[in-house]
This record gives sequence, structure tokens and C-alpha cells, in this order.
Amino acid sequence: MATTPMTCQELVELITAYLERALDAPTTARLEAHLAECDYCRVYVAQMRQTIQTLAMLRHDDGASEAARSRALAQFRVWRGDLAADNGGGRPDPLRPAGPSV
Amino acid sequence: MQWQPTADAAAADAPRNPRGGPPGSGLGRVPAGTEGGATGAPSPPNRSEAGEELALVAALRQGDEASFVALLDRYHDALLRLARVWIRDAAGAEDVVQETWLAVLQGIDRFEGRSSLKTWLFGILANQAKRRARREGRSVPFATLGTANGGDDGPAVDPDRFFPADHPWAGHWSRPPVGWGGAPEAQLLAGEVGEALRRALAELPSRYRAVIVLRDVEGRTSVETCNILGISATNQRVLLHRARSRMRQALEPYLDAEGTAPGGHHANDLPGAR
Repeated sequence: MATTPMTCQELVELITAYLERALDAPTTARLEAHLAECDYCRVYVAQMRQTIQTLAMLRHDDGASEAARSRALAQFRVWRGDLAADNGGGRPDPLRPAGPSV
Repeated sequence: MQWQPTADAAAADAPRNPRGGPPGSGLGRVPAGTEGGATGAPSPPNRSEAGEELALVAALRQGDEASFVALLDRYHDALLRLARVWIRDAAGAEDVVQETWLAVLQGIDRFEGRSSLKTWLFGILANQAKRRARREGRSVPFATLGTANGGDDGPAVDPDRFFPADHPWAGHWSRPPVGWGGAPEAQLLAGEVGEALRRALAELPSRYRAVIVLRDVEGRTSVETCNILGISATNQRVLLHRARSRMRQALEPYLDAEGTAPGGHHANDLPGAR
């Protein structure tokens, strides 16, 4: 059975599914056959990978301030305080058998 | 009540489209355990991580501060970045993260471990952020109508870049992409390129941005992303595809080494003619 070779225009629409390994075997084969012969599409895939890797660098943006951490911690202590007040000290863990509280 | 390790949780929270795409779409069934990031590395269930989470949750229930600090250190920054998907201003996003921590503490008894702690945490954040954005009318504005792709659902690449249907080389690049060279990504982020990237990200519709931030910035898996956002695997893939295509397009003018190749090819130059 002759299969239609994939075009560049088709490839750019399928590239995400390909990188996710979500294409079926015949389509994957057609795509890879095209990539083997098409320099331009290889460039496109490289650009796509570089775009993704650049996005990953954004993880280093927007670090939370010390003030934010303090705020979260303060909120935790209030919650814990309420906890202790409600239970007169330590509280039983529903997962552990009853025993002396820590 | 028995804890379920994360491995079982992953199966229980499997993508909602196990049969793959419609016939002829080329979309096959996604085998379990092979979903990975763009680098193709699979994400096997991490038993030590599951055990760690278990211990953390148990300690939190006891009011253990060190455990809470560990959670803060691990996730606060990422939660803030995710909140910015829906909340424009830093202060509002910060508020949402603080509300999320409170919700986590108040809900820690009810957490059953069917999903990972991470997924649960980010899911709460996503819901809080979306709710707040709707309530305050500060939702991200719709993508500007003047974009090259004419809005949300445009093709991955401008059709002008390919030969038209009646051309002998229909569907092949007429104005192909140019190599970007090997500049390290960290350097790219400084200056013009970084600004362009951040701007393009901010201009994405929030449903695209949510997926690309979770997948490509935060490195969450496809399954985690679907669970956090409450969307199907297929939907997630489509959103990711559109988001990535737009981001690549945004970077292109800045990274093309020599500018895009001149339009018009001689038949001899075309890639198929080798």
C-alpha cells in the first residue's frame, strides 16, 4: 500500500503530537521519513525544541519574596494555634492507631 | 483508610481519552508511562516521592512547621508563576497563593492521596486563581484581534510560508525556517529575546498559557497538567500545540540568523529534490 508522503505543512501541525509520542505508528513513520529528507523541517523541529527549552528557563523568574514566605508561615502558625486550641494540645492522626500524642 | 501510592493514583487519574483521536487523525492510544516532556523522557511513577509526600502530609496534620516550610520552599515560586496565568498583578497573584496555602492546611485532613500532593496543590491554586479572576473581572483579555493568525485557532505556521495547493510542491516550505544557532537559553532570556518571549506569553489566551506554563515552564507531565486543569489529554495537546506554535513564531524574528530565506524557490533547491 502506497502511503502519501507527508508535507511540511502537515508536519508543523503534527509536531506536538509527535513530541508527545501520541501519533500512531504509520503516521510516526511518515513523519520521520519526511524529517529524514527535509532539512527545513529539521530546522523547524530544532526551533521548536529550543523554544521549549527557553521557556523552561522562565522557571527562574518571579522568585517569591521573603515577605511572602513570612506571610505564609505566619498564616501556618495561626492555623496551628487554632489546631492546638481545638484539640487541647496534640491531635490524633486518623491514620495512626490511638496512642500518646507527640 | 489506606493510602494509595502515587503509581496507582496516576492510573486512577488517567487521561480521559484512552482511545486516542478519531480514525485518520494519526493520533494513537497513549501508552501509560510513556508520556513525557518535549525531550521524550518517560516519567515513571516515583515511589520514593510518593512515600515522601505521605510522610509530609502526616506531619502537616500534626502541625509540624518544618514540613510546611519544606512545602513552601518546594512549591511557592511555582504556585506564584501559575497564579500569574490568570491574575495579571503580582499582589493579586500573591494573595491567591496565600489563600491556597490556607485551603491546603484547612483541607489536609480530607486529602486522600488519590492524586499526588503536588497535583492537588496546583489544582487548588488553579481553581482559586480562575475564580478570583472571574469575580474581579480581571480575567486576561482576549488575544488581540490583530494577530497574524487571526485569533485563537490559526494554523501553527502562516500558510504563506508554504506553496499553495495548486503548486507542484504544494505543502512544502516556500519560505523555510532558518537555523537559530546555538545560543544558550539563559543568555537568550536576557534582553530583547527574553522580553519578546515574556510578552508573547502574556498575550496568550489564559487557557493556552495555563498549559504551556505547567508543561514547559514548570515541567509538569501531561497527566498532571490534565488533572490540575481538569481537561482531557486531547484538549491539553491541542492547547499545548497552539501555545508552542505561537511562542516559536514570536521568537522567530529575533532569532533568525540571517533573516528568513528569500521567497521563491527554484525546483532544484527544494528539499525533495535530493
